[in-house]
Amino acid sequence: MIVVDGDKCTGCGVCVKACSFDALELVEKLAVFDDGKCTYCGVCISACPTDAIDMERKPQTADVSAYKGIWVFAEQNGGKLKNVVFELLGKGKEIAEELGEELCAVLVGNKVEYLPKVLASYGADKVYMIDGEVFENYSTDGYKSAISMLITKHKPNILLFGATHVGRDLAPTVAAHLGLGLTADCTGLSIVEDKYLLQTRPAFGGNLMADILTPDTRPQMATVRPNVMKRPEPEEGRECKLVKEDFQINPRNIRTEILEVITGGVEGEKPVEEADIIISGGRGVGAPENFDMLKAVARSLKGTIGCSRPVVELGWMPKSRQVGQSGKTVSPTLYMACGISGAIQHRVGIRNSDIIIAINKDREAPIFELANLGVIGDIFKILPLLASELEKKSE
Amino acid sequence: MKFVVCVKQVPDTTEVEVNKETGTIIREGVPSILNPFDEFALNVALKVKEKVDAHIVALSMGPPQAEQALKKCLAIGADEAILLSDRAFAGSDTWVTSLVLARAVRKIGDADIIFCGQQAIDGDTAQVGPEMAQHLGLPQVTYMEEVEEVGKSNVICRKETDEGYVRIKCKLPALLACLATSDFEPRIPNIRDIFRAKKKPLHQWNMGDIGGGLEEYGLEGSATQVIKSYAPSERGDCVMVDEPPEAAVKKILEFLSDQGVIG
Ligand SMILES: Cc1cc2nc3c(=O)[nH]c(=O)nc-3n(C[C@H](O)[C@H](O)[C@H](O)COP(=O)(O)OP(=O)(O)OC[C@H]3O[C@@H](n4cnc5c(N)ncnc54)[C@H](O)[C@@H]3O)c2cc1C
Repeated sequence: MIVVDGDKCTGCGVCVKACSFDALELVEKLAVFDDGKCTYCGVCISACPTDAIDMERKPQTADVSAYKGIWVFAEQNGGKLKNVVFELLGKGKEIAEELGEELCAVLVGNKVEYLPKVLASYGADKVYMIDGEVFENYSTDGYKSAISMLITKHKPNILLFGATHVGRDLAPTVAAHLGLGLTADCTGLSIVEDKYLLQTRPAFGGNLMADILTPDTRPQMATVRPNVMKRPEPEEGRECKLVKEDFQINPRNIRTEILEVITGGVEGEKPVEEADIIISGGRGVGAPENFDMLKAVARSLKGTIGCSRPVVELGWMPKSRQVGQSGKTVSPTLYMACGISGAIQHRVGIRNSDIIIAINKDREAPIFELANLGVIGDIFKILPLLASELEKKSE
Repeated sequence: MKFVVCVKQVPDTTEVEVNKETGTIIREGVPSILNPFDEFALNVALKVKEKVDAHIVALSMGPPQAEQALKKCLAIGADEAILLSDRAFAGSDTWVTSLVLARAVRKIGDADIIFCGQQAIDGDTAQVGPEMAQHLGLPQVTYMEEVEEVGKSNVICRKETDEGYVRIKCKLPALLACLATSDFEPRIPNIRDIFRAKKKPLHQWNMGDIGGGLEEYGLEGSATQVIKSYAPSERGDCVMVDEPPEAAVKKILEFLSDQGVIG
């Protein structure tokens, strides 16, 4: 329910102009809503100069059966889709088939018309697209309004976001705006009782797993950790339906502005979250220059360097290399943990690795609980030897 | 200006162990601490206070013993503290928690900036901040690392992104969800700070103070329901190698070759 505070409304009409849906008019100098046209995008709330408009948000008990379709938020940056989008489409497809519903991607951006066919090749049956200059950069206000409007109009059953910086900003904003339940950072999704989305996520720093349901509100919303779900093979030339929505917002109603963008990539190397082979070092490496031992191994295996959190805190490696709960989740073919004790916060980030080799001088180190091959020994002796053997082999 | 800093008392999750049979957390002996992200948020607020005149209110929803976390905030430098404690709030999910906090912020009134931690280390959802911003109709900056400038109607911050970071300008009033940076040094209160903190107001509010009905709070008000929790499964099939370096390296190479990583 949208409510207007009669004492605060000055009848200025800013909200009427801001509304894309003709849902507002001025009646005797007071804003009045047409509930039938309103899409709850919330643009009017941020537009109102006197804070006179508010939305009553109560978790709704939806007529659950009216909500259909599995939606995936197709996050992109500068026109490039995030990897997690493909992973979500893969998982979304399974769920869609199980429920006999459509898999849809939700695309918001500027000049992104070429992306629906990419989304189709990864399994989307339908793409909802909102394209416009205001959506060039991600903004909480702009994207929240766009997504809320699409939800209100098309009523999806499930909506998945990648648990990226954008996803973890946008999903809770939309959830609170529309009064919906949301489960963060899921690592597992399945359907139970033929209809409910069972959302599995780590809690207590990874010490515990929790299974969560959202019985009464729709869509059932979750953010999903990147690199957990399997990325499907694309099927070139696959077609999908395209639903273009004409939705515009006055840039003035976006209350944040990006002044400068600074990207912090490490020269020439693949980011850890995309790497196939990761040679990772912990506090046991002892000093920044000792990472050369790891780099030598990485070179022969065409791997990337990762690290534990203390390594970042000590300034030996940039934050972008950190693996674990407060860093990146990785899913390489090989993860080699060198001088890493394997605290639970580190282990949650590497569980999806195909194979894990751990080298640690402490036979009690918890990393061995998760490793496939556990080498008890000194990395200063083992790594240089391993590097030279590998180099010999590659010659 | 008036700042509200939202904090939570959490079990120190680095010390937590799980009873693998029952799948429950062993709470005995686990210390309760001020959520590190919230402590960072309070420090950001205190840093801003060095530049502009401000009154800082620390706000927490939790059981009566969460008072400890607020006492710490007062010792570190908050001017006033409010504990929201009511049995009706028990079992609240993030949506309800953010609603309770938002209603308290409304009651406090005239907040220019609401600071909160990006996430709490026990739940790790990172949802309460953005949800609160929505309940209050405010803009937000999440993953906020540093406040560069505070003006009358704007704040300029450094925000972490997946690609690096951005400098972002945000209209005030606003909510900032703060990310602890690696160079963050917690302030350790001395005896005088702790003594002074005893004189600062620490209020107790319950449901009656913020309004609303029983059905809106706790488990009943929550849209999500935890139906089961359990210890994560570890692989537990580790092949151990305890041999001199040469022999160990040989084992590693064999393993890599068996797994098809090297030819
Ligand atoms: C909220 C929160 C979030 C966190 N997030 C993360 C995260 O994202 N990622 C993360 O990694 N941590 C995280 N942590 C920290 C985590 O709890 C551990 O403190 C950290 O992972 C330990 O890093 P480490 O294994 O490198 O160091 P240590 O635990 O100090 O282990 C060093 C290991 O090196 C071994 N070693 C030393 N010398 C040698 C040698 N010569 N040869 C072989 N082995 C040697 C030692 O036996 C030891 O096992 C987080 C903590 C909290 C509270």
